[in-house]
Amino acid sequence: MNKTCQFGPEDGLAPNAPKFAEAWHAQVLAIADTMITNGRVSANLWAETLGAELRKGEAEGAPDTETSYYEAALRALEHVLASGALVSTNDLTQRRNDWETAYLETRHGQPVILK
Amino acid sequence: MAASFDSDKAAALHRHLHSHLPPEPALRVKALESLLVERGLVSTQTLDSWVEAYTEEIGPKRGAQVVARSWLDQDFRARLLENATEAIKEFGFEGNATGNLKAVENTDTTHNLVVCTLCSCYPFSLLGMSPAWYKAGAYRARAVREPRKVLKEFGVELSEDVAVRVWDSTAELRYLIVPQRPAGTEGWSEVQLAEIVTRNAMIGTDRDLKTGAA
Repeated sequence: MNKTCQFGPEDGLAPNAPKFAEAWHAQVLAIADTMITNGRVSANLWAETLGAELRKGEAEGAPDTETSYYEAALRALEHVLASGALVSTNDLTQRRNDWETAYLETRHGQPVILK
Repeated sequence: MAASFDSDKAAALHRHLHSHLPPEPALRVKALESLLVERGLVSTQTLDSWVEAYTEEIGPKRGAQVVARSWLDQDFRARLLENATEAIKEFGFEGNATGNLKAVENTDTTHNLVVCTLCSCYPFSLLGMSPAWYKAGAYRARAVREPRKVLKEFGVELSEDVAVRVWDSTAELRYLIVPQRPAGTEGWSEVQLAEIVTRNAMIGTDRDLKTGAA
């Protein structure tokens, strides 16, 4: 009985593009890597937290896609920043809501600025 | 009153039409970034430079250069296999993701495969962003459980006398596979050789490099 193949041969020399499907995917990794480089977050803590979030996503039935991966990475980033007392959950929620308001009150084409 | 209802509705519609609210995760990332910048923990310029570098510049061609040199220069090869972290500094390719890097070579009787079973540890300052499948749960689980089957799906058919070694990356130790130099490349320059080294060969999901493209 043949199981469906999960992987397939690839054009090994094709450009590795697009690197990021969404801008926020890149920004999550940029923030995480910069915080590790700056010594604010340890590489081990990041790997463990990301691993835990990936497992949690899998357990909750998240599809095995790159989007699920980056959503787990974002949750992991929020956790390590909160546990390191760098950005609390309350501050994050407040700032998220401030940005939402700013977007809704800004005409399309105009720069979105926090008040 | 009907008039005020209509004006509220019109105002809401107006906001909707003129808004360009990002999706929820993007909004949360924006919130994080603005707080971190405000607190002096990161700079916008650093983040922008990182994204630009990993979008435009840093990719598997770096690793391919290292592999190509290892084929031509036996002293370099010895240094690479002894201490890859130091060896890649000769190219300026070091980064925090390669702070502890180990290079392992494929031989006629051994094939090496890299995975990160925990999350997605990858030597990205040397190979660029990892492919989507490397981060997938299926690869992270199956590469260890049934490596030959996974390799077969990638098109790598190994005879029984070739052993498979699977290396599990961690935050502290990452891997570069040094594939075998294909026959028919005698006399090639380092640049020519680097052009045939695939990203997947340096992860282990490709083995026999093709010489036709160079």
